[in-house]
Amino acid sequence: MSGLPGDQRATQTILVNGRARPVPPDGTLAAVLVEAGLDGRPVAIEVDGRVVPRSRFAESSLTGGERIEIVTFVGGG
Amino acid sequence: MQQAANERQDSAAVADGPLMVGGVSLASRLIVGTGKYETYAEMARCLGESGTDCVTVAVRRERLVNAAGENILDHLDASRYTLLPNTAGCYTADEAVRVARLGRELLRDMGSTAADWVKLEVLGDTKTLLPDPVGTLAATERLVADGFSVLVYTSDDPVVARRLKELGAASVMPAGSPIGSGQGILNANNLRICLEYLKDGDPHYPVIVDAGVGTASDVAAAMELGVDGVLLNTAIAQAADPQRMAAAMRAACFAGRQAFLAGRIPRRLYATASSPDEGRVGSRS
Repeated sequence: MSGLPGDQRATQTILVNGRARPVPPDGTLAAVLVEAGLDGRPVAIEVDGRVVPRSRFAESSLTGGERIEIVTFVGGG
Repeated sequence: MQQAANERQDSAAVADGPLMVGGVSLASRLIVGTGKYETYAEMARCLGESGTDCVTVAVRRERLVNAAGENILDHLDASRYTLLPNTAGCYTADEAVRVARLGRELLRDMGSTAADWVKLEVLGDTKTLLPDPVGTLAATERLVADGFSVLVYTSDDPVVARRLKELGAASVMPAGSPIGSGQGILNANNLRICLEYLKDGDPHYPVIVDAGVGTASDVAAAMELGVDGVLLNTAIAQAADPQRMAAAMRAACFAGRQAFLAGRIPRRLYATASSPDEGRVGSRS
């Protein structure tokens, strides 16, 4: 997926729940979760409008510019 | 009280089947929301008191700061409650479809056996929270095509209700009155027509009153009309004593359902005496 070497990724940003963050060095959603302190938490992730299943969190797919939504369940009616 | 109600439910004379909806079998006919409680502990007590086995949850962004905080899933026994994700807060079909897919992914990730269902809400405006019928129809069609069992929040308009069923909704859920308003069932006649349309030739099609309940009699009144269940949240969560209100809702749901199954007497303009006319003291014959 990614054509960018790791050192170039560091200059790229992604939007995580509306906030700009650097692309993690390994370009994975797993790393994004760890950095956000959400590793192992019940979350679902959408990248640019598409749901990414947990089985693919370890894939190195982020190159910068992606809009990422990390969601969970909250109380609601 | 609660124990007595349970005993009554166990007796064969008042036996009732489960509420079947979206491929899920529910023993309780109350679906209870998880919002607006003071604490998760209070929520858990109220859910237990209500007797429900299905609770709605919303899908929201995870907090990126202080993420070590509590998650609602830490307070919901997944073996006891089936989770029904909603699309609350969505004002377009696009948003609702997106949120529904995220909710499904959360359920799949939890290993839920009912991951493909959703309580669909496409709202018209923030003041009334009334459903946008055009967006609701569009989202229903898309979600059904995507394999969802769609439990759809709608108004009490019988024509829209029928259209939603035709599009493949697993349950049509007309509002009794606006969400959180506590106004109860404002138009029982529209609900009667909804029931007639939706159950025509399909008596087991589940119709659930969603929203507007203020107190226990609203639940009983809805169930007496012949709806299959009631979904409520605010009436319990914001009551002065939420746990007691949860018990009241459970009893009202049972009472209303039994009254519907029992078949009420017709309304008459004039009185009919319950005591025999014959043999009155001092009568001439």
